[in-house]
Amino acid sequence: MFTHEFVRNAWLAGTFIALACGTIGWFVVVRGQVFAGDALSHVAFVGAIAAAAVGIDERIGLFALTLALAAGMGLLGRRAQADDVTIGTAFAWILGIGVLLLAILATSAGGASGITTANTLFGSIYSLSAGGSVVAAVVALAATAVVLAVTRPLLLSTLDPDVATVRGIPVRALGIVFLGALAVITAQSTEAVGALLLLGLIAAPAGAATRLTARPYLGMALSGAIAVGAMWGGLALSYAITSLPASSAIIGLAAAAYAAATVAAGVQRRRNRIT
Amino acid sequence: MTPSVSLNPIADLRQLFTFPFMVNALAAGTIVAVLGGVVGWYVVLRRETFASHTLSVMAFPGATGAALAGLPTSLGYYVACTVAALAIGRTGRGGRRGYGAQSAAIGTVQTVGLAAGFLFLSLNQDVLAGPETLLFGTFLGITTGQLLGLLIVAVVSLAALTALARPLLFASVDPEVARAGGIPVAALDAAFLVILGLAIAATSQLTGALLVFALLVAPAATAQQLTLRPLAGLALSVGFALLIAWLGLAIAYFSIYPVGFFVTTLAFGLYVAARVATARRR
Repeated sequence: MFTHEFVRNAWLAGTFIALACGTIGWFVVVRGQVFAGDALSHVAFVGAIAAAAVGIDERIGLFALTLALAAGMGLLGRRAQADDVTIGTAFAWILGIGVLLLAILATSAGGASGITTANTLFGSIYSLSAGGSVVAAVVALAATAVVLAVTRPLLLSTLDPDVATVRGIPVRALGIVFLGALAVITAQSTEAVGALLLLGLIAAPAGAATRLTARPYLGMALSGAIAVGAMWGGLALSYAITSLPASSAIIGLAAAAYAAATVAAGVQRRRNRIT
Repeated sequence: MTPSVSLNPIADLRQLFTFPFMVNALAAGTIVAVLGGVVGWYVVLRRETFASHTLSVMAFPGATGAALAGLPTSLGYYVACTVAALAIGRTGRGGRRGYGAQSAAIGTVQTVGLAAGFLFLSLNQDVLAGPETLLFGTFLGITTGQLLGLLIVAVVSLAALTALARPLLFASVDPEVARAGGIPVAALDAAFLVILGLAIAATSQLTGALLVFALLVAPAATAQQLTLRPLAGLALSVGFALLIAWLGLAIAYFSIYPVGFFVTTLAFGLYVAARVATARRR
């Protein structure tokens, strides 16, 4: 299967995107910001459409709008954590703007907009070019590196913001940096796994990891490993079964890992209760 | 006859009601606004925005799955929303594990639904115009039969919610004390999610996922900025939702641009205005 170039590109980009989503996702889940991640991934789609409407590169729109929203959420909310209700109202509006842009695009560019939409919503990991997959891998690694570099202070400011503030840790600035890294990886993965399905790589592996262990570093590593495993398994499955889209296979495996972890945690808890 | 705004408001209003499709759209908008205003007030109180967003995108696997199986589309909506509501309900609300763990579960439910929808779509390429019609549908083209169906579901959901109103309010505001007081909090949580799922399933097949979400969260969030009293809040929430739906539809009628943009913009504008007003008062 690795004799095809498009398969090699998919594996290269997919591996590093999954690694980044898994490790950053652990913080996303522990900080209760899954909805923020979800909003960012939907906004990425509006960014892409906006760029298409203006006639600039799709990726500029993706990055610009997700980063702007991340900064906005960080500045508005207490401790750089905007309320879910505020996020919901704001991102419904941004989607509304997306609808408007889509209408403008449809009247000007004709049928091409439909194809753009489908690709932005669901990504097509097998259509990545060699250069595109290298860029995706590098950006994913950089985002992971940023989060890993601030892991210790970020951990403290996540688990106990008051103590972190007393210790002189810039809690709000860290929160914004974290959302920025999340925005970058969201914008980048939108091209690979798509705006809507990206959420699965952030929520499911990290959800599984937090069920299995409370230890931070182990949890992060586990989450990254589950994400990469789901990516590899999903790519292999979708290669073997041609009618199975890669995104569906990847998400299916990640969700299966989450379900298995939930069951395992339940069994463990019951056993602890008996003894 | 092309729609155009004159300076005579009575003539404009009469023009709005000329076409049957517009009358049906306004009627549907009214039902959706009342339902969304009431159910949404509880959604915002319970901080279940993410869950309701997840339920509203279940339209996608519902519609594509029904098309693949050859079943009526509306059945697909109801099945997908109910299954998702029960799955989210299984994880419990916050509780001991905290909000983070619950939001991971909701996120997983949402993404599994979307992945399934995408799979159904790829197995059955030619049945649907595209994902954007499902997500960003409009009020236009609603038949009288569909309107009747919507009305029935709205009445049933509102009746169920009225029956549960007081214990649900207690369980939403202070689950611990409610549980100590003998109120079945977990059952109420699940029941509310199923009502929410039904309401969303009924409305999203007519309006698209985006509009449901906008009418569910924004008016209620605006109302709760202004008052914390339940009855006044509910009334305000319904009032805002009606205002947004009617104005949005009316503006969209006279414009070439989609209703989704106007409804969400009005909703967001009201919310921001309420935030600014209350911030100044404090």
